[in-house]
Amino acid sequence: MEAVKGFINWISDPRWLFLLSVILFFFMFRLRVLWTVKFGIVALIASLAFFGLSMLDKNFRIISTTPDNVPIVGLIFLMAFFTWLSLKQAFDNDDRLRIGQPPKERTERFEKVMVWPDLVYTEFIATVLLGAVLVIWSIVLKAPLEQPSNPTFSPPVMKAPWYFLGLQEMLVYYDPWLAGVVLPGLIIVGLMAIPYIDRNPRGSGYYTFAERKYEIMVFMFGFMILWLLLIVIGTFLRGPNWNFFGPYETWDVAKVTPMVNVNLSEYIWVKILGVGLPNQWFGAKYMGILLRELFGFILVIGYFTALPPVLANRSRLFNGFYKTLGGARYHVMMFLLLAMMTLPIKMILRWTIDLKYIVSIPEWFFNI
Amino acid sequence: MSKIKDFQEYVSKSQVWRSIFRVGVPTTDRKRALAVLGNVFLHLHPVKVRTSGIRLKYTWCMGGISFFLFLVLSLTGLLLMFYYRPTGEYAYPDIVDLGEQVSLGLMRELHRWAAHLMVITVWLHMFRVFMTGSYKPPREFNWGVGVLLLIFTLLLSFTGYLLPWDQLAIWAITVGGNMARATPFAGYEGPGASLLSIGDIRLVHAGDDARFALLGGRFVGTNALLRFYVLHCVGIPIVAGALMAVHFWRVRKDGGISGPL
Ligand code: HEM
Repeated sequence: MEAVKGFINWISDPRWLFLLSVILFFFMFRLRVLWTVKFGIVALIASLAFFGLSMLDKNFRIISTTPDNVPIVGLIFLMAFFTWLSLKQAFDNDDRLRIGQPPKERTERFEKVMVWPDLVYTEFIATVLLGAVLVIWSIVLKAPLEQPSNPTFSPPVMKAPWYFLGLQEMLVYYDPWLAGVVLPGLIIVGLMAIPYIDRNPRGSGYYTFAERKYEIMVFMFGFMILWLLLIVIGTFLRGPNWNFFGPYETWDVAKVTPMVNVNLSEYIWVKILGVGLPNQWFGAKYMGILLRELFGFILVIGYFTALPPVLANRSRLFNGFYKTLGGARYHVMMFLLLAMMTLPIKMILRWTIDLKYIVSIPEWFFNI
Repeated sequence: MSKIKDFQEYVSKSQVWRSIFRVGVPTTDRKRALAVLGNVFLHLHPVKVRTSGIRLKYTWCMGGISFFLFLVLSLTGLLLMFYYRPTGEYAYPDIVDLGEQVSLGLMRELHRWAAHLMVITVWLHMFRVFMTGSYKPPREFNWGVGVLLLIFTLLLSFTGYLLPWDQLAIWAITVGGNMARATPFAGYEGPGASLLSIGDIRLVHAGDDARFALLGGRFVGTNALLRFYVLHCVGIPIVAGALMAVHFWRVRKDGGISGPL
């Protein structure tokens, strides 16, 4: 038992958890058996058993029954269920499409029913059920209230509301101007841009995977891995001072993790070229700073400006996108996609070579 | 049995009953259509819908559930406003009293759990709309309205988080508010802010930057409490309500709930 717990604690480290999730994520679209009723039931029983057994552990019980965390436990189960429900219908429809039949939804498309009673009654039943759930939930679980606010005493665990924990987790890898302002802005713009970028006329109004593979994979990657997974990590696995703790570990306030992160400029000027940072020998004002960050700027600007045309020319896949979307749409899409991919890239750079910032100009609060 | 029937008939033929419900329980299709058309609430709906569009498996009812939760939150929020005063002196004790003194004091629980749940159902609704490709023409605009609704749902939740005025609240909002400090150009610790200066005088400083606008101060104090209260109870609900009206209207104008051509 302890060995299993130890293993799960170890694999819950954001690094391994993230890698594992990404692998599972890309794998799950290939395994047709996952999207069947049989597997759904097995997975439900298995996850409930896992959850039930884990509740025997004190630390796990504390973290998953904290009143404000209960909805997030629910979120995990709901998300798993609805992912299953949508992909099951998608793959079922794909099977039908493959043998020349229309999607399931199509068979009822031209049938109409009266809103009263067919829809009104459904709404009524849903209302009553949900109302009952809310009342029971409220009786069982008291709304939490901590000590009165005290601006002079900051608690060891400081967390944003749970739906923003993905952004707080991003603070590990980005400066606040990116994690808190620019990237959320891009998420909003990117979401709104989806219907104008995705011009694929197929797959409108029914579940399908085969007809819109890339759209679904990109969206789900962003939603499930880069948003929800980070929320789960932030809620259950980040303790005092944002240190990592496994699900069966005690939150130890005294835990310290050594900070050994190095900027790209130090890597290049100090470790590789061995000449010291240019602002020490070239002047600490503008020119010295810009020279110091030259390689970072080249990388960042090259990433956003050179990669899209290069991919459009060299990669068959991206060339296809370029042809179907046209120049303007292609470049907007690529900018948004590349911005999104900076998060996993920065994560991996941090975990492998302890890279802190690619461009680091603390003098101007400008770190990338 | 016949006694009950008699009683039912007596009630439904009485002047009071008939003055409220102009028609009885509709039994024919014609009457059912009129019931939907003639009711101020139900006429959000068309008279007939496609069978494929109302399948629970298809919509998961998530949009409707989000709306229902919004109504629950409005109602419980209204009740909470009778007891809660947004000042540094009263806010926290009022919350304590809500749990300990108010009889049947469930309103705070209902409000908090419904709020958490609404964030989740709005996300799931977005997920289902994406998975059915329902943002594709002619529904692009309504998807955009939906994204705005998502933002306002999160902002409603965020502004409400401060109101209990406990340690959890002020430090969570501090974490959030500190991000505003780093807004490019508009936050005093944001890139570019130092460029906005005349000679040695900085135009953007801790006393007038984006965070100051959000919190009404340099830290989370009673000004922030009042600001968040007004936004939470009046400002954002009005905007979100208006957007919902547009959202529902567009669902119908765009041809009802989506389906394959
Ligand atoms: C407060 C939040 C929201 C409420 C109350 C709401 C409510 C609804 C309702 C009741 C429907 C009818 C169909 C259904 O229930 O699925 C609907 C449809 C729709 N919603 Fe929302 N919604 C909200 C947020 C969003 C968000 C965040 C998005 C997307 C980003 C979105 C996009 C759409 C679209 C495109 C449709 C049309 C779908 C179709 O025709 O199949 N909505 N919404």
